[in-house]
Amino acid sequence: MKNTLTTLLIIAVFSVGTIAQEKGSVLIQNATLMTITDGIIENGDVLIVDGIISAIGADLSGPSGVSVVDGTGKYVMPGIIDAHSHLNTVSTNEARNPVTAEVTMEESINPNSVSIYRALAGGVTSIHLMHGSANVIGGQGETLKLRYGVTQDEMRFADAKRTIKFALGENPTRVHGQGNGIQPRTRMGVEQIIRSHFDEALDYRIKREAYFASKEAYEVDRRGRTAPPIPVAKNLRYDVLNDIIDGEILVHCHSYRADEILMLMRVFNDYGIKNYTFQHANEAFKVAPEIAKNGAYTSVFADWWAYKFEVYYSTAYNATILNENGVTNSINSDSNELIRHLNHEAAKTVRYGETSESDALKMITINPAKQLGIDEMVGSLEIGKQGDVAIWSGHPLSIYSKVEHTYVDGKKYFDLYMDPVDMRIAVDSEDSYAEAVFNTFIQGREEDSCMSDVFELIEQ
Amino acid sequence: MMKSKKWNIILALLLMVTFTVQAQITGKPNFGKIAIIDATIHTITEGTIQHGVITLDGEKIEYVGTDRSKVGGGYTVIDATGKHVFPGFMDSGTSLGLVEVNAVPVTVDNREVGNMNPNMLAFTAFNPHSASIPVTRVSGVTHVITAPQGGLMSGQAALMDLWGYSPDSMAIDATAGMVLNWPSVQSRGWGPRNPEQAEKRYKEAVRNLDKWLDNARFYEQMMNEFEADPIGKTKPEKNQQLQAMRALVQGETPLIIAVSSEKDILNAIEWSTHEENSSLNIVFAGVEEGWRVSEKIAEAGIPCLVSTLYTPVRSYDHIHRPYENPAALMKAGVKVAIMTREVENVRNLPFNAGYAAAYGMGAEEAVKAVTINPAEIFGVSDRLGSLEIGKQANLFISSGDPFEPLSQIEQVFIKGYQIPMDSRHTQLFEEFLDRDATQE
Repeated sequence: MKNTLTTLLIIAVFSVGTIAQEKGSVLIQNATLMTITDGIIENGDVLIVDGIISAIGADLSGPSGVSVVDGTGKYVMPGIIDAHSHLNTVSTNEARNPVTAEVTMEESINPNSVSIYRALAGGVTSIHLMHGSANVIGGQGETLKLRYGVTQDEMRFADAKRTIKFALGENPTRVHGQGNGIQPRTRMGVEQIIRSHFDEALDYRIKREAYFASKEAYEVDRRGRTAPPIPVAKNLRYDVLNDIIDGEILVHCHSYRADEILMLMRVFNDYGIKNYTFQHANEAFKVAPEIAKNGAYTSVFADWWAYKFEVYYSTAYNATILNENGVTNSINSDSNELIRHLNHEAAKTVRYGETSESDALKMITINPAKQLGIDEMVGSLEIGKQGDVAIWSGHPLSIYSKVEHTYVDGKKYFDLYMDPVDMRIAVDSEDSYAEAVFNTFIQGREEDSCMSDVFELIEQ
Repeated sequence: MMKSKKWNIILALLLMVTFTVQAQITGKPNFGKIAIIDATIHTITEGTIQHGVITLDGEKIEYVGTDRSKVGGGYTVIDATGKHVFPGFMDSGTSLGLVEVNAVPVTVDNREVGNMNPNMLAFTAFNPHSASIPVTRVSGVTHVITAPQGGLMSGQAALMDLWGYSPDSMAIDATAGMVLNWPSVQSRGWGPRNPEQAEKRYKEAVRNLDKWLDNARFYEQMMNEFEADPIGKTKPEKNQQLQAMRALVQGETPLIIAVSSEKDILNAIEWSTHEENSSLNIVFAGVEEGWRVSEKIAEAGIPCLVSTLYTPVRSYDHIHRPYENPAALMKAGVKVAIMTREVENVRNLPFNAGYAAAYGMGAEEAVKAVTINPAEIFGVSDRLGSLEIGKQANLFISSGDPFEPLSQIEQVFIKGYQIPMDSRHTQLFEEFLDRDATQE
């Protein structure tokens, strides 16, 4: 309890005068800079002023009053970006319909979750908070900056592209077909759910536009020669589907098998949808040339496989094969455990297939930034980009390296040397540690985190 | 880019062929008289030898040292200049070989129905052809404890090596440990929500456990008496469960108690001090809150099997607790072995150990926690866990620190067999890196 109070005090002190997206300034000197987009700079300085990287070079000096960090022997890299996370959702799945495009993570963000702090301690500064994978077309995602200690609104990544979750394969067919006896029960059904909903959405748009046109005509012509038009009600779900077709929302599609990846690319080509990412995509390596040809992205686990059948014929060399075939790939966590060491997950691409160290680092920085449409703002150390950086005690791909400081918008949110034990902001009545204490020898895994809150539904 | 990658790999394969002579990339293992020269040899028990020589004769290590003259004619010589040799790593907690695809129940053979299953043997269900076995062994993990789970007493874990075609040829110890899931005094899950009820339920479970152990001790005594002098006595009825507990109550088979929280750990320690339990050979597994009571565990002399890659148990625990737990236990004087608790990703054992090393344990002790320590805990240190003359030839050659994901594990030997370095993962890599290439 005493610890909690201390933490609250610390947070209160940290947060004095907090306004939306508080910015900070810092000068990091004489460090090894992993710029990501412009190689490695030895003995370099980075200057962040009011949340923006304003200079990179040697012997920089900052405006007076800017705190200076000695980076001698340290490594600076851009903050890690996790393109697939359920880190601090309030709920993850709205699982009662195969299509729930109208649902969004917008209001499903828990800004007080201590898991945010744990991710910061792993050098992560942004996450893609996603809806789960119970539905073929799931809910919309929210890209967040890990500003721990702020409100829901203040966590949002300003000007990030809108995103939505799709899901193929076992999860939607289990939940709906197997669990509720409705389409989709098969991968055939999954395709038709997508096509029929896009078609309905397009028809709706025509009808709705026609209605507005008739309404306007009716309102102009008040002499009663025409009957008032029958209204076509607004449909949020179809509006979102039209936004996808119009390219205003980036699709992140939970998928595993090669055939379903090909299926979605065919469907998207038919509807003119571009700029999408296959999430998990354990068998993406089997169709890497096709993915590259379509300009699609992939975001994969470093080594998860075999926990369910659709990942049985997969390989930890997936990321390397995709990368070598010219696919922009990221390594994600989909896990509140893995998110704490995504640097190490990225390093596995070096072990499995000898991906270059620089490409491995891209997979947790600039590549996920591209997939979320935020690569103009973050993902590399470049002048003009936002000051989201982490200082590491050693090479970020080494297992012995630790994050010493994590900055978001130039403001320090994690400090290894001023790191209190209890970093909760709020005590969650639902948070029972006893739930986590299991007294079982072997754990094992049979699901990705995308199925959170769905088990109860299936078990019934 | 892709082309050059392909050539790099081909080149790498050619290089292996040159320095291993009859290297087996796919297919059959190399076996017989093998010498590894000019390596940094981490013996574990007898220090580190620079530019060392290690020779294998069949299943055994024949020589470890610096004397090149030990390598006579007839040896397959592997030049390991700049490389490191370690004993094969052992994972002290897995269900490898018992579960193929965890989400597909028909492939899950680690959880029998019932609460008391001391006669269930992981050894029996161990599938030597599991796709996860080659994936694991090419990472330098050569031995695993593979364990059943569920109920109060889940059954018996087996200590297996990862080369072979039958459980019989792969078992180092078919009954390496009895798995007991310690009855929790915590109120949790669907169980009782109030502490009194939880306490009552806990006491009932322990009474039940004590009763089983009493029966097992009685059975053991009765059978011993009969077996010593059967003449004129009626043969006692055989009871499979109690029969399976005989080695346990004698202290031959360790009792692996899975226990996590502070309260439960203290209860389990208290229980272990009961007079009638003094013959038991107790090992704790999990022990996530061991750091809270490390002195008490050390005092009780109970070794611990722990992992590192899990999220902090309590929301108010320090972020690094899971990484630091092995070091906290070790520093209190507890013998620590590291495990993954995984099935298909047992290959991450070196990384679990790497975190322990980075967070207080140090690399030297962390290596022991995946080699000699588990060998000692499971009573096989005469054969496994270090590079010593006469021990089984379980070892691997790595390009650098095996805890570093940037290092490559280049060759693996299990009981003298230089195993093919392929698995489903490497085979898919070879097939799909340049999928549409045609024969040149």
